[in-house]
Amino acid sequence: MALSDKYKALTDAATAAGIADLAVREQDGILYIDGTAADGATKDHLWEVYNQIDPNFTSGDLVLNVNVAIDAAVTHAKVITESSNLNIRKGPGTDQPIVGKAAHGEVITLVNRSNDLWWLVRTNDGEEGYCYAQYLEAQA
Amino acid sequence: MKTTKLLMSMVIATTLFFVGCKPNDAAIQAAIQAKEAAGITVAVAKGEVTLTGEVDDEATKAKAEEIAKAEKGVKAVINNLTVKPADVPVIIAEDSTLIKNVADATKDFPTVKAEVKDGVILLTGEIKKASLITLMQHLSALKPKKIDNKLTVK
Repeated sequence: MALSDKYKALTDAATAAGIADLAVREQDGILYIDGTAADGATKDHLWEVYNQIDPNFTSGDLVLNVNVAIDAAVTHAKVITESSNLNIRKGPGTDQPIVGKAAHGEVITLVNRSNDLWWLVRTNDGEEGYCYAQYLEAQA
Repeated sequence: MKTTKLLMSMVIATTLFFVGCKPNDAAIQAAIQAKEAAGITVAVAKGEVTLTGEVDDEATKAKAEEIAKAEKGVKAVINNLTVKPADVPVIIAEDSTLIKNVADATKDFPTVKAEVKDGVILLTGEIKKASLITLMQHLSALKPKKIDNKLTVK
């Protein structure tokens, strides 16, 4: 079965959800889906659909890269780690020294998001450094 | 008699003149259609040509218009051709970048071992079902070629 057929429910869901800049293409036996979701719930929904088609993501035939759109005006983000504190580092990378921590659920100030993976933040205590963006949820 | 002959020849000449100037629409249509690339539809009404269809690029679109304009009897060309949207290329991160980013992304999943080779992320070890989706989301954002998931899901 062609990959585009296997993942049709997913691409249909992406279209229905209004994913911006949606791009779906197959290359060397792998389907690549890129796009931007309006919010985190939309992104999570697509991942649930993906998990239904390919339980536990074991097939290795899809790379689903859907990011969440962030309004340029957004200035704060919430720490969405599972339960632990989020490390704030001197530079973008886990090899960088830890300069502070943000508590789970804490809302901190966004300083710069020019790096997709590491955002420059400032805590309410004034500590400034880089956090892993996947553990931050932009606040509308 | 002489006048009648003259008038007759004038009428014939005039008719020929107009016919010569105005090849009919069907003939123009056929002539242009034969020269245009496949996928382009040519319609002609009163010497006005309309081009429709989808072409690969802007150059092909412009060329199609030139072909139509060059045809005798064409007064105007309405170019309604559309250009196919180009496929966004698949971007795959360099291994050096990917190795660093994968290390960052998997740091909080101590039971997961990740190796990167030629853009492929190989995952071994074990993971809780609830964490798997988070890990996969993190890794998929790093532009890998493939995620080879051999994790045991607990």
